[in-house]
Amino acid sequence: MNNRHIYILAALLTVLGIGLFTYKAKVLGFPVRPQQQTQTWTIEAALRFDPGPAAVKATLRIPSLTPGYSLLDENFISRGFGVTTYIAPAGREAQWSVRQAAGPQTMYYRAVVYRDETRLAEDTTPPFPTPPELDEASQLALEALIAEVRRQSADVASFTVQLLRRINQGDQDPYVRVFLKRGDTQADRAQLATMLLAGAQIPARVAHGVFLRSAPGAVQPESILEVHDGVQWLYFNPTTLQQGLPPDFLIWWRGDDPIAEVTGGSNLDVTLAVQENLLPAMVVAERRAEQSGSHAVDFSLFALPIATQAVYSVLLMIPIGALVIVLLRNFVGVKTFGTFMPVLIALAFRETRLVWGILLFAIIVALGLLIRFYLEKLRLLLVPRLTCVLTVVVLLMVAISIVSQKLGLQPGLSLALFPMVIISMTIERMSIVWEERGASEAIQEGIGSLIVAAIAYLVMGIAWLEHLMFVFPELLLLVIVGALLAGRYTGYRLLELRRFKGVLPEHLAQ
Amino acid sequence: MFWRARRLKQEGVLGLNMRNGEYILRFNPRSRYPLVDDKLRTKQLALQANIAVPPLYGVIRTQHDIRLLPDIVREHPQFVLKPAHGSAGDGIVVIAGRSGSRYRTIGGTLLDEESLAHHLSNAINGQFSLGGVQDVVIVEYMVQFSPVFESLSYQGVPDIRVIVFRGIPIMAMVRLPTRASGGKANLHQGAVGAGIDLATGVTLTGVLGTEVITHHPDTGNPIAGVKVPDWDTMLDIAARCYELTGLGYIGVDIVLDRDRGPLVLELNARPGLAIQIANRQGLLRRLQICEQRADFNAPPAERVAFAKQAFKHPVAAA
Repeated sequence: MNNRHIYILAALLTVLGIGLFTYKAKVLGFPVRPQQQTQTWTIEAALRFDPGPAAVKATLRIPSLTPGYSLLDENFISRGFGVTTYIAPAGREAQWSVRQAAGPQTMYYRAVVYRDETRLAEDTTPPFPTPPELDEASQLALEALIAEVRRQSADVASFTVQLLRRINQGDQDPYVRVFLKRGDTQADRAQLATMLLAGAQIPARVAHGVFLRSAPGAVQPESILEVHDGVQWLYFNPTTLQQGLPPDFLIWWRGDDPIAEVTGGSNLDVTLAVQENLLPAMVVAERRAEQSGSHAVDFSLFALPIATQAVYSVLLMIPIGALVIVLLRNFVGVKTFGTFMPVLIALAFRETRLVWGILLFAIIVALGLLIRFYLEKLRLLLVPRLTCVLTVVVLLMVAISIVSQKLGLQPGLSLALFPMVIISMTIERMSIVWEERGASEAIQEGIGSLIVAAIAYLVMGIAWLEHLMFVFPELLLLVIVGALLAGRYTGYRLLELRRFKGVLPEHLAQ
Repeated sequence: MFWRARRLKQEGVLGLNMRNGEYILRFNPRSRYPLVDDKLRTKQLALQANIAVPPLYGVIRTQHDIRLLPDIVREHPQFVLKPAHGSAGDGIVVIAGRSGSRYRTIGGTLLDEESLAHHLSNAINGQFSLGGVQDVVIVEYMVQFSPVFESLSYQGVPDIRVIVFRGIPIMAMVRLPTRASGGKANLHQGAVGAGIDLATGVTLTGVLGTEVITHHPDTGNPIAGVKVPDWDTMLDIAARCYELTGLGYIGVDIVLDRDRGPLVLELNARPGLAIQIANRQGLLRRLQICEQRADFNAPPAERVAFAKQAFKHPVAAA
């Protein structure tokens, strides 16, 4: 198997792993950090009106095209009303209807939105608007105004700004004064601008929305002017002339109509409210994947029962621990008892915490060794002897747990998770090394194993890593890549640099 | 640190990763490992190929066979018990004689019948084999100390390790038992390794652990300058062990017997790297010289001739 083959395989796995990871993190918004929370806003519209004697129909315009934001959830709350939603020319509308109602009625529309950069103003290029029908004086004023503004501007954007500036001057502008009849709210100005822009053959519309700032009580809708320059929609604040859509502005509805209308009722009052909340990022990502029809969530670990999830969140860390072993063995050159024994010890440390884990492990192995040396005298056959050691290890664990319970030491109880079979084998191996190669080598290898286990524990305990592995199990492909590359590492191990120094001619015997 | 790595590379020192990745994995087919991992099979193969080995007295295969030991060794007051799958000298017991009903080990310890039987039973159950698999114990001839290394050994029998790359001996050392090694010729256990000039068979400096030494720690005699007898025979035996096993990177362990001359003790498919410190020379350099210039298909005598010519101490960088 030549190296190129391995590099290609490694590259493929890397691309696959990183690709899946990026897709899930960027497109589906799976959280990259643990306990990551996504800012969401609950927007609410409350409609109040007094119903008349006959059938009542209340229409509420609800968000449909919301650049920069996506809808996570929405619901309609009312008593006894039927609700339908449909697409009207200006956007989505909800209609409550009832044949008969008594007393003041209140109904709520509630939606949860979250920031979504991928969401753009995705509607198609609008047709050229029909010029407004005006009387002759107004027509003349309009044409003169357009001619003047056009002279002072270069493109659609500057035309719009110039026009809005004149509108804001109000009475002082001789042409604008002609049109200023209908009041002077922000919405009126925006409406006026759309009409004047229509006269200049520029498609424009008024968008109404709310600023997503957590505010107690009701918020007032604000208006913004949307102008199409032939390529995309441009946004203008009709009062401040600021161009661009403010990042925290949620467009609720469009057009000249009010947000809600009621037929068969009176005293309509609409209040809007905004509430900021934080939801776990995973919840938002799941909903989003659901809405976009992606199966990433169906096939993620979140589809499993909670208990199984907990098991996997631990299991997924084992390859990471194994990779640590690879590094320490093949790059540093540390000797351990058994290849992956330290990983299992490290898993046990998760329950006992590090210091207690090392302490308890040392106690059990030391006591186990004593027993093992005694058993050696009895000259038992190998497997029965191993069984004895295993049983003694279990008894020791029970004893330590009971004693620590009496002493009120909590960590002694979590001992039950120690891999006793592995410990028994370690004791057996250690005693053989002890006899064959001497105590120092046995203790050295034992300490080496403990150090490796401690390092593996620390690495496997990184909460962020654990979260990453659980949410993005495809990152394990990168562990394979690491192992593949390490498998072809033929350079020196760190400890060999010291071991072989005697070969160098400059290092002479003392 | 990187400077040290570069210097080691310049000196052609072979690291464990490269030994495993570039040589053992490449030249030692897995299917042939049993030939060397099982010392009994190695012995039988060597006998077929007319390579001298310590004579076999008997084999203890089962728990039941243990009681046959007194019969097997009735004619032989001195013998060696060796687990067929033991690694790094683990589990080997050398019996140098008897005191009454008890056996006396080379280290002077007295073992009664029962403790020897316990040891045998452990060995059969795989205590000393890789992976703890069932094993058999070989009972064989105890090599008689050749006086050549008397001044350089503390009890025990020194043996000679030759690294053979695709049939060409590339480096050799003699392993000298010390008090610390308990009479065993095993570097792990504290024996001294002394490099040998491949061209002449004369010893060079020694290594104890990772330290270079010039004198034997127990006898105090200088290590360098001892001529190994029958050197050409040893090289020839080592070279022929390649045909025996088909393994491209092996360590051949040869012992020098007073009466029988060089005997092959065992072959090792994962020979250690300390031999480099004993020779104060890198293995990689010699491996590369072989790969560049050697004719691996030549008969053993020609391969030995190449080795003696190419690896006269000190070997310069290619």
